[in-house]
Amino acid sequence: MAKFTLNGQPVEVDADPAMPILWVVREKLGMNGTKFGCGIAQCGACTVHLDGQPIRSCSTPVSAAEGAEITTIEGIEGPEGELSALQKAWISEQVPQCGYCQSGQLMSATALLRDNPTPSDEEIDAAMKGNICRCGTYTRIRRAIKVASGQVPASEEV
Amino acid sequence: MNDLTPEKKKSGLAKWSRRGFIGAGVLAGGGLLIGIGVRSGNPIGALAPKVAAGEGEQLVNSWVKIDTDNIVTAIVPHCEMGQGAHSVLAQMLADELDADWSQVRVQQAPTDGSYIVTDTARQFVAPFTMNAADWLEPTWDGLFTQIGRLADALITGGSSSIRTTGQFQMRVAGAAARKMLIGAAADEWDVPANEIETRDSTLIHAASGKTATYAEFATAAADQPMDQTPTLKSPDQYKLIGKSKARTDIPSKVNGTAKFGIDAAPEGVEFSYAATVRPPVPGTRVASMDASKAKEMNGVLQILNMGDFIAVVADSYWQAQQALNRVDVTWTQSESAIKSSEDQFAAYSKAMDEAGADGGDEAASKGNFADAFAGAATQLEAEYKVPYLAHAPMEPINCTAMVQDGKCDVWTSTQVPLRVRTELNEALGIAKDDITVHHPYLGGSFGRRLEGVYAVMTARVAQATGYPIKSIWSREEDTQKALYRPAEISRFKGGLDQSGALVAYDNIFTQRNDPAEASVPGIYSIPNTKVRVAEAPLHLPFAAWRSVDHSQHGFFIESFVDEAAHAAGADPYEYRLAMLKDAPRQAAVLKRVAEISDWSAPSAEGTAKGIAIVESFGSIVAQVIEVDMSAGKPKLKNVWAVCDAGYVVNPDGFKNQIEGGIVFGLTAAMYGELDLVDGAIKQSNFHDYKMLRMDETPNITVEIINSGDVPIGGAGEPGLPPAAPALTNAIFAATGQRLRELPIAKQFA
Repeated sequence: MAKFTLNGQPVEVDADPAMPILWVVREKLGMNGTKFGCGIAQCGACTVHLDGQPIRSCSTPVSAAEGAEITTIEGIEGPEGELSALQKAWISEQVPQCGYCQSGQLMSATALLRDNPTPSDEEIDAAMKGNICRCGTYTRIRRAIKVASGQVPASEEV
Repeated sequence: MNDLTPEKKKSGLAKWSRRGFIGAGVLAGGGLLIGIGVRSGNPIGALAPKVAAGEGEQLVNSWVKIDTDNIVTAIVPHCEMGQGAHSVLAQMLADELDADWSQVRVQQAPTDGSYIVTDTARQFVAPFTMNAADWLEPTWDGLFTQIGRLADALITGGSSSIRTTGQFQMRVAGAAARKMLIGAAADEWDVPANEIETRDSTLIHAASGKTATYAEFATAAADQPMDQTPTLKSPDQYKLIGKSKARTDIPSKVNGTAKFGIDAAPEGVEFSYAATVRPPVPGTRVASMDASKAKEMNGVLQILNMGDFIAVVADSYWQAQQALNRVDVTWTQSESAIKSSEDQFAAYSKAMDEAGADGGDEAASKGNFADAFAGAATQLEAEYKVPYLAHAPMEPINCTAMVQDGKCDVWTSTQVPLRVRTELNEALGIAKDDITVHHPYLGGSFGRRLEGVYAVMTARVAQATGYPIKSIWSREEDTQKALYRPAEISRFKGGLDQSGALVAYDNIFTQRNDPAEASVPGIYSIPNTKVRVAEAPLHLPFAAWRSVDHSQHGFFIESFVDEAAHAAGADPYEYRLAMLKDAPRQAAVLKRVAEISDWSAPSAEGTAKGIAIVESFGSIVAQVIEVDMSAGKPKLKNVWAVCDAGYVVNPDGFKNQIEGGIVFGLTAAMYGELDLVDGAIKQSNFHDYKMLRMDETPNITVEIINSGDVPIGGAGEPGLPPAAPALTNAIFAATGQRLRELPIAKQFA
């Protein structure tokens, strides 16, 4: 029985200790916001926070989360369900296309801004290069991170 | 992008007369329904239970319904794979309907023959007719609807949703519904219809001071006569078209709630998970299987030898995949003579050698190449080569299937839901009416999900086991067992006259797919042109891959034109511009990209710019790319793109598509390569099939020219083709090194 905290809620789940966190969260706990992309920690679609640090949940066994705090895309909104600054910027800059990688992108960006409230382009690149977007939304992600960190104004809808 | 080859496009469908049958029918609930692009006798009333779920919802026509809270829902036939079609199609319908955009919702049309995408199918089969002045004639449409049905044309592809379905179905549906609502209000209020205005989903009669919501008249509109050819707005009347309205699907894509195929969780269904493996070499099958190790593993329920693949069914996908990795399989031998990438390219070279100077199928011909080449002041020859490519969408291939009581339900990400239904019908022997294909959002596709095989495999496992099954392909499986953009070789001969002008142009290549005009340098004035194809065997199965043949020919043609410019001692921009003297739209796009990129300004040491222009899917796109070679390998600095798509419906959405096309094109140019070893693909996952990442992505500036008065062009694909040649042309400008093969990065490793 694996025990950890998921988005602030304690959970106990019957899972093989070697089963990756990704599949425990998706299949055993029914939370589908975290995505499977490559299975070998190459694309970042499965990024979640383990005790605040961004990790690739497809390649991290649930045993590594024993007693720890896991945060997924479902857990980054505020207490009243309000969108985070990054989520708002993702909308104002119209970042997603297919959207499949964006949970992972947002989890990486959330960790970045928590540690570095006003990152430079180079710091954004370094923090985000582990997340692949096949639709090619990188330039918008970069801009949205700068919007969320107050470095450039948000785009306005016409 | 389809099964319809250019040859079939020439079949006897030459004379079209009228399109636009609009049929009316009263629904059981009293609402009104209009069928656009649907033949008379079609069971329109049957649509209501499939699309109107909410209490009090009125289906006003087959593409729009209105509920009691005055929420207007646009029912869109195309899938949403990131291109924004759901939202933009709704924007087009809502504009003609004068709907309040904040109260508009979008619903995916069910997989039903009534929602065949007539105009998209026509774009594929006979794109020339899209421009015909007589597109409103019934013979054309009737024939076309039949073709669409046969081709299972509930299809999303060809950068065509907006310029076909949007222009010719969604706008007509919105305008027709608006007119019927006005008619209903005019009768009730006893005022002339032409005195009633519409605004923000409201009917207004200024003289009497009467107003009403659309919801109040949605049902009464059923009794109104139907205008079969409603007048559409002119551009000066647009309120939503042409505006960068925020996409309706994006909020769900920033909080994890968007449902993709892989997230399918049909209520009350407890499914088991399948991992599958197909033969590594196309055309082979399972010879034998030893599952003794795998069957002892935790969670494993069944291991099946399906002949053409192996499936492990388990309590979780991870367990299924772990067990599958322990199944020892031997495969039958392939009869293909092509075992390696070298073999593939050798087959191409042989076919072109055999075609010689005059052989092969002619794709285009003008003037007299042989004479012009013989008399040329300068002769050029060049051969270009590109490898096989996979699509690698972020969402791995998957399907959820239930087969029971003679019925089949599948949930899957697909560009072709009706084709999936047909393939299931053929594989399972279940009647089409008993098959339901649910298709949630696609986590990317780029042409990958134009086949039904993975749905069929899943349904066969569900049928064989009796369990509802969710199957997921590993990334390795999708990289190695998919459909592929063909590898290709293209050879050119060119002749320049004394002034350096390109007066003779001969090109022979080995794979012709779609669109047929991709290989023709049609925008340029070149007096003597010969374009030929020497068809050669292709080892891996063909796939339409974002921009299809333009993805290769854009690189070939725009590289060769660049070589000609340098051979002539000319500026590559000025040289192209001179050849666009009979192409004013194209020339304007090229001029503008030179302006915004400050083309003529000198570059920093080691840095240079390259230029390219490609017209595809109805849109003209020119790009300038700036590359820094000072570290001895390419660093992408800036991309400037100018696009003329005639008229852009959602500028920000269009720009997002062009930006994405550029990144997709640069990814292929820098890294994209699949190698054949022993007939199988060597690369397997993102560690060896590399993608461009954020730290390698240049700044991208996109500008739109709305030249108007032409059919509108596509957005999803046209951004891609100029990217590779603009980059290699920039590398040449910086280093003098002409890259005639892709990918680029390994040549500087």
